[in-house]
Amino acid sequence: MGFHIVVCAGIVPDPLQTLEPITGPQGPALKNEMMLPAVLDPWAKHALFEAAHLAAKTPDSKVWLVSMAPKTKLQQVMMSIAQKASFELVALDGPASGFTDSQAVAEALAAAINAISGLDRKRLLVFGGWESASRGAGATLQIVGERLGIVEQFQGVDELSVTASGSLRILERVEGGMHQISHCDGPPAVLGWATGSLPEPPNNPQVGMANMRTLMPALQKATAAGVAVDGKSFTSVEVPKQRRDTRIVKDASTDDIAREIMEWIKG
Amino acid sequence: MSQTTPSSDNGVERQCMEADVVCVGFGPAAGGFLTTLARGLTNEDGSLAVSSAVMEGMPPQVICFERAEGLSFGVSGVVTRARGIRETLPNLDPATIPMAAPVAEERVVYLLDPIGASRRPRTLRAIDRVLRAAKRAVGMQHDAVELPYIPPFLRKDGGLVLSIGQFNQWVGDNIMMSGAVQLWPGSPVAEAVIEENKVVGVRLVDQGTDKDGKPDAGFTPGMEVRANLTVIADGPVGPVGRQLDAHFGMPDGHHQRDWAVGMKIVVDLPESCPLEPGTVIHTLGYPELEIFGFMYVYPGRIASLGIFVPSWFDSPVRTAYRYLQHWMLHPYLWRHLNGGILRSWGAKTIQEAGKRGEPVLAGDGFARIGEGSGSTNVLTNSGVDEAWATGSILAESVLDLLKQDKPFTKESLEATYVSRRRASWVESEGRIAEHARDGFQKGFIRGILGTGLAGLTQGRLHLAGLPPRLNERVLSLQEHFQGKISEAEIGQIRKQCIAKGESLHDALMTRAGWPEIPYDGQLLVSHQDALLLGGKVQAPGGYADHVVFVYPHLCETCGVQLCAEICSGQAITPNPEGGVPLFDREKCVHCGACLWNCTQASEENKESGAIAFRAGAGGLHSSEN
Repeated sequence: MGFHIVVCAGIVPDPLQTLEPITGPQGPALKNEMMLPAVLDPWAKHALFEAAHLAAKTPDSKVWLVSMAPKTKLQQVMMSIAQKASFELVALDGPASGFTDSQAVAEALAAAINAISGLDRKRLLVFGGWESASRGAGATLQIVGERLGIVEQFQGVDELSVTASGSLRILERVEGGMHQISHCDGPPAVLGWATGSLPEPPNNPQVGMANMRTLMPALQKATAAGVAVDGKSFTSVEVPKQRRDTRIVKDASTDDIAREIMEWIKG
Repeated sequence: MSQTTPSSDNGVERQCMEADVVCVGFGPAAGGFLTTLARGLTNEDGSLAVSSAVMEGMPPQVICFERAEGLSFGVSGVVTRARGIRETLPNLDPATIPMAAPVAEERVVYLLDPIGASRRPRTLRAIDRVLRAAKRAVGMQHDAVELPYIPPFLRKDGGLVLSIGQFNQWVGDNIMMSGAVQLWPGSPVAEAVIEENKVVGVRLVDQGTDKDGKPDAGFTPGMEVRANLTVIADGPVGPVGRQLDAHFGMPDGHHQRDWAVGMKIVVDLPESCPLEPGTVIHTLGYPELEIFGFMYVYPGRIASLGIFVPSWFDSPVRTAYRYLQHWMLHPYLWRHLNGGILRSWGAKTIQEAGKRGEPVLAGDGFARIGEGSGSTNVLTNSGVDEAWATGSILAESVLDLLKQDKPFTKESLEATYVSRRRASWVESEGRIAEHARDGFQKGFIRGILGTGLAGLTQGRLHLAGLPPRLNERVLSLQEHFQGKISEAEIGQIRKQCIAKGESLHDALMTRAGWPEIPYDGQLLVSHQDALLLGGKVQAPGGYADHVVFVYPHLCETCGVQLCAEICSGQAITPNPEGGVPLFDREKCVHCGACLWNCTQASEENKESGAIAFRAGAGGLHSSEN
């Protein structure tokens, strides 16, 4: 029997863009965020590729992508991501700045998952990123699992394999560059992915066109997700300070790079 | 989309798919085409106005493939009368488009040389002396004179200033929401599929290859998408447009010998800047006479500004980046920019032959729209609106043919699209502009006079000056720096630069009297920082190099290597080991300037150089240009 895999994935401003926090009418926000190009949250993107890979090799499986973001920005991201993996979109119209509360976001995502027609909880795997490129508290996915009543939770996952008996073998990152190996009898389970090991799939217009059948209807019927930040306040918001000293160096060895970083740290 | 059996070429099996219309490239021309087409595919009551020929009972399957990773990649300084855009979108409200504003004030400014390093003929030096002497009488301030009169053909009354990136994104979002068209960014089209002189679709680029295009990990052959109509909107240096130019030839007397590279930045202006949104400033005279500049002010104290370096600037060191910085530092502009912060940066090639560079507009199975179809008006300096209008005209014609159930043949497209285009304002104004810039072939003053003459007489009079082939016109370094730098010293500088893998322009300009740029880390930054901070340049792996030196033996003997000097991203550099220049795909912004900045003639076509500029992924990833 195949899996029903639900991938929770938000969008974030393209990491190449210059970000500047400002105070907007609803609290902290990023300057010009609606104008900047956005991408699927990198950790969650790995989760999506892992989900598509697992579904492709496990007959009778299906992937849903549950995403909360401003509808217009989500549509822009989908035009790129939909060419890379097969999925059915469940869209929630909401903020994407990363200043929303993890619990409120998790409640909205869990409600959306519960509302998916035909979803079989006995076959359910909830995937997502264990971190986020926006304001990673590392909490959202865990709360989603709790709200769905799923107790088998794994974070920092780099590898998932399905044994002949149907149980799950999972590699989670632990300290010291090591992995912890866990075995789980099977779904339902929550997996917060680290980077996994799959390369980014090539763009495939046929995949995109197949996805398009559900993408636009999902976006058109996306309803506003109630994730207000009522009752919470931010005392300060800032992006990490950086000093630029750009050089383009090609083919440097790892040792050379490490040596230079050490020298820089020592001052 | 319906799927057909895989096709096979050279032993590579390709997935194959059918569509009704496939569009190559997404910019203003495709925006006009797809906006108009999407509206016409359904009736007001929501029923189908026309049906697909490849999927029975479905609406026509329309797909647009865009090379860049997003729809907002475009680069342009846009001030436009927006006539074509408003014909399609009569209720257009600039407030709904980020970074758009109505034109509020226009200035044309002559910039004098505050440094004394530019090449100015004696006549102009004498004029400059008079202007400085009569400073008060002529209203000269900040080493500049604002012209008291702007001829009507240059004015943009009632127009808009736009960020082309944000405009494209806004148009793309609206098209997608219609559900009638599919837009796929990150999908470069390698070539048109031509069978017996009929274009039957396109082939996407192969993915999972090494830099030479050979299969590598994850090799995925580019899909073939067959379509009844292929619309080519891939801009001035698009590989599909140029493939068709080579295959079908240019109409008699037409050629593309006039080009420019436009380089721009987007700046957060300092709070002290008094310029209001909608302010439009055009400059001439500095940093070199051949280089024109623009500055457009958006809402939110943001400005878009940049320069144009044309092909008739016969300098062998015609770098845009350093000239851009010297131009920004001119006192007239720097008083507004000092303290500003770089938001975005980019560069693009502009096809400046206009109507004279118009290719075959339509044939069996294909139609050309936009800048690559010769729509840019070189008198009014307007291209976005004209490109949009050509797309809209084609869409109306396509809808007519679909409704009449007629095939997209050369005959039917000429009777509809070409005929409508000939009757349009794009055509009549393009004809007025056709020879407007010819005078520049024989000098700046003659060029200004010729432009004025053509503009004020509706094109009836102009000054002659047929542009030579591109590879015939650039001076040698020795000729260019004659009297300023000796041949021996040029040789020494060349040796030092090549040993470091650097182009020569910085060292030669410094030696010729241009001061070093005082980097401030926020607006005046190094060229490489502009790529990262402004252009957010990137290149996904698994694609072949799109810049290819086709005739290595010509590069080895090339004394100028203008491709490296003009390269907007420093992606092409001299090879320290000599010979063929090096190309780094990760730095390329896909401006295409290398294509027309080659001093060698292709062995197959003397109009072309020795560089191939093919379809490729990546490049600029800023959405604000």
